[in-house]
Formats: sequence, C-alpha cells, structure tokens
Amino acid sequence: MELYELSIHELQDKLREGETTSAEITASVFGRIDAVEKDVRAYITLMRETALAEAERADLAIRKGEMGALTGIPVALKDIFCTKGVRTTCGSRILNNFIPPYDATVVSKLRAAGAVCTGKTNMDEFAMGSSTETSFFGVTRNPWDLERIPGGSSGGSAAAVAAGECIAAFGSDTGGSIRQPAALCGVVGMKPTYGRVSRFGLIAFASSLDQIGPFTKDVEDCAILMNVIAGYDPRESTSVPEAVPDYRRFLGRGIEGWRVGIPKEYFVAGIDPEVEAAVRQAIRAVEGAGAKCMEVSLPHTDYCVAVYYVVAPAEASSNLARYDGVKYGFRSEGNRDLLEMYKKTRSAGFGAEVKRRIMIGTYALSSGYYDAYYRKASQVRGLIKRDFDEAFMTCDVILTPTSPTAAFRIGEKTDDPLQMYLSDIFTISANLAGIPGISVPCGYTESGLPIGVQFLAGHFQEGRLIQFASAFETHAKIERRRPRL
Amino acid sequence: MEKIRINKEEVAYVAHLARLSFSEGETEKFTSQLNDILLYMDKLNEVDTTGVEPVTHAIARENAFREDKVLASLPAEASLANAPEARGSCFQVPKVIE
Repeated sequence: MELYELSIHELQDKLREGETTSAEITASVFGRIDAVEKDVRAYITLMRETALAEAERADLAIRKGEMGALTGIPVALKDIFCTKGVRTTCGSRILNNFIPPYDATVVSKLRAAGAVCTGKTNMDEFAMGSSTETSFFGVTRNPWDLERIPGGSSGGSAAAVAAGECIAAFGSDTGGSIRQPAALCGVVGMKPTYGRVSRFGLIAFASSLDQIGPFTKDVEDCAILMNVIAGYDPRESTSVPEAVPDYRRFLGRGIEGWRVGIPKEYFVAGIDPEVEAAVRQAIRAVEGAGAKCMEVSLPHTDYCVAVYYVVAPAEASSNLARYDGVKYGFRSEGNRDLLEMYKKTRSAGFGAEVKRRIMIGTYALSSGYYDAYYRKASQVRGLIKRDFDEAFMTCDVILTPTSPTAAFRIGEKTDDPLQMYLSDIFTISANLAGIPGISVPCGYTESGLPIGVQFLAGHFQEGRLIQFASAFETHAKIERRRPRL
Repeated sequence: MEKIRINKEEVAYVAHLARLSFSEGETEKFTSQLNDILLYMDKLNEVDTTGVEPVTHAIARENAFREDKVLASLPAEASLANAPEARGSCFQVPKVIE
C-alpha cells in the first residue's frame, strides 16, 4: 500500500509511531500527482515547493513532540478559498491573475493545525455547475472513468481525493457542490449547518446558501477535519457562536433504536434503477445496525430546484457585481469610458453559465418581477424549511440518494442548462433549509461507477450525522475499491 | 404556441442592468434558454403561499454586533497590488465624465 492511499488517521498513527515522515507522505502524494494528473486534471495550481517546505517544518514539529490536529497531512483546497500569495481564480478568467493578500479563515485554521497544502483544485466557474465543465481552466475527469465528469462544482477536490492526489480536500456547497461530487467520485463529503464554518475568505456565490466542508476517504477523517474548521469567527457575521463538540467522540457509538426517515418524494421517476437499488441496500444496512426506518413526507420537494434557481442566481447577481475590472482581476483593453469597460470586462471575463445565472438573478430582482420570482421563491423556501422541521419531529436522521444518477458523460448535459440543474435535485433542499448533510459511498453500478447515499439531520447535528455515517460504514461493509488509473 | 416569458428586447435590457453585452447570436441563445428556465419557475405558482413569511436565511441571526475596536487592516500597497491600473494610492479607471 502506498502512503498516498492511506487515510488521515492511518497516516497519523504512522507519524506518531515514527514509521514515516510528512516529507515521505508529501513526496508520495506528489509522485501520484506526477503519474495521474495529466489524465485527471484535478488541480488549477500546484503548490509543490511550499508543500515540501511545510512538510519539513511538520517533521521538525513532530520530532519535538508537537503534533497538531493535522500536522504533516497533505490537503487540497478548492480554488475558491483565498490563499495569501497564491493565485485564486474561482475557475474564472475574471480572476485569472488574482493573488489574495490574505488567507481565508479555513486556510488559517488548516495552517495553524499543521496541514500541508498541495494546491488549488479545479471547479465550475464561481461554483456554478454540477460537473466541473464550466471552469475556464478545462474539464476535470472522473478518476473512475476518464470519459465522465467528477460532479461539481467542487469536482477537482473530489477527484483529487479519489485519485490519491491528496489525502483529503476542502470544497464549498451551495446546492450540493460537496455532496454530489463526493457521491460521483466515491468519497465522503459533508456540508455542515449554515453558520457552522466561517466563510471569511471564501469567494461568495449565494450568501444565504454557501457553506464549506471536507472531502475525505472515510467518516473518521471527516470528523477530524470538522474538528479543525468548525466554529465561530468574529470576521464572519453569519457564523454562529454555538459550542463545537469533539466530532471524533461520535465515531463507533452505534445507532440502535434511531429513527430514520425515508422521504417518499425522493424515490420517484428519474432516479436511476442501479442508484435506487444501492440506496435500498443502504436502508437495509442501517436497519441491520438497529435503526428503525420509516416513511416521512417532505411535500415541497418538487419545488426545491425552482426555488434554488431563483434564490441562488439572485444572490449571485449581486455578489458578482464586484467584478468590474477596477480593483483586481481581469480588465479588457481599449475602453473609451467606464461603462464600456464594465461591460467589456464582464462579458469577456465571465463564461456562459455565469452570465446565464447573472441574467436570471438580475431579471428576478428587477422592478416588476421581484414579487413574482424572488419573494415567491423565498416564501416557498419557508415551506421547504418547515417540511424538514416537521419531519425531524418524528425522526433523527433522513436518508436519501445523493444524486439521481452515477457520473454522467462529459458534454452530456452542457447544452441543456435545465437538465444540468436537475442533477442537484436531492441536495438542494439541505442548503435551502440550512441543515447539515453528508454523502457516504454505498456501492457501485454494474460498470463500476461509485454511488452515494445522503444523510441529513437538524441544525447543528453534525455529530449525529457522523455517528450515523460511522455506523453505516461499519455495518454496510461497502467494498473498498480504488479507481484504475 | 410556445409561451413567452422574456423576449430579445428584455434580455438586452437586463444585460445592460447587469453590465453585460451580448452579440446577436448570444442574445438569441440566452433568450431561448432564459425563457425555458423561467417557464420552469412557473411551477412555483402551484404553491399556495398566502400568509407565508419569506425566508431569506435559514438560520437568521439578528444584529451580529462586535465591539467597535480598531484592528489591523491591509496596507494600501497590498490593496492596490492586484489593480489592473493604479496611480499613487488610487485605482485608475477610464474617464468617467466629459
């Protein structure tokens, strides 16, 4: 077994025992990158030199007996997190040359915990997409089948973990952008509660929905990373000053007697039969662990996509107004006046999907349409949230498929935006309701593509999700395969 | 007959509001795609929302105050370092008024 194949906790055992060093682990990861990155294309920017220096420093700390929560562990960052002195593009031409003068809070926390940063991963432009195909920097391939997409928008992070091009990674999730690529790449991905993790230094897409979370090889690693990133930040006014538990304490506790809600609206036409079969198998596995499954209803499920594609573009159209070619980023040449500069810069700097969403959002907020679209969508959002509040009065967690299909082919949905939007049908509701969700591998299709199952819980119940996912992992005994690269 | 939610003229107007400009071909394509998307949004009208309060944040915090203390901020050179054009301690842009 190569070092790059191991989990964080396995590597930590080895580091503690002096069986390996961070320099060796980091070299193993970059060796893997050299071997497979030309096929996977998970990264926009590699940080080899600083990573090797960080590994040396980590080894020094370990020798002095100063091992932090992530000392010496190579992790990758979606290129949406500001990294001081390292180009941060958000997958867009308009930030092609942007070098942040500060670190995002999550990045500062990772550095303080001793992590080694391998680089910045590819993503859909401004996190708008479900396939990592809208990036200005090209398409990332799914390590399980290079003809297929890795999911999105955090496709680079998911693919990098699956391919062994890092030990763990971070992404952001606005409508499923962590959980869906985690499912499609066969890794664990968690979106925490809205407000659980500070978004200071996360480039904004839709501010009432965006949340940061980890991609890992197993549930224990997810708990380790949540311990590092969760918590209140005075620089981020939507982060919540709520106590953060030690998430590792929830591992291996069992779920005897837990009530598991199976929402009937999530098992409908359009779900791939192989995905449904694997998720039904997951239901039997949690029952085998002593949980009781029951049908619940989330009656407004069918409206989630419509609500999301009003609310998210509306917020995006406002957030992306800042890209005007004045203070940073790309500026078009030969402008006669300021208005022309704005228009030329933005038209050349943004890709088609970003423009489409800015247009939808601007329209939905414009005079005369605000009530019909934005206000109406926000009201239906209230009903979606109420559905979850009511469901969680009768069950502890909710179990659903993460994505209606396994990874689809590159180019399959690029000409039909609406079809692409519908691939987030099972993940969007958690963002609208602000609740945490986790996707865990639950099987493979006949052709060997990974399938994920999603668990949802009430606000600030990440510990409960980790406990449930850990029990599922133990009882389901999903075969651990590796992509053939 | 196909239902129309947005026409080419409205697309051009919204593009101006968003400070974007499109070629004739792009305008055609966006008009047709936006029309499809807006027709899909019609679904929302099936829902009776009489008396339902709009939710704009799932977990709403009220007045996240902090103490009014001066903390370190970015030096001017760092703030200007990414500017496409700068002069002195200012961002430089094309002429705004005649």
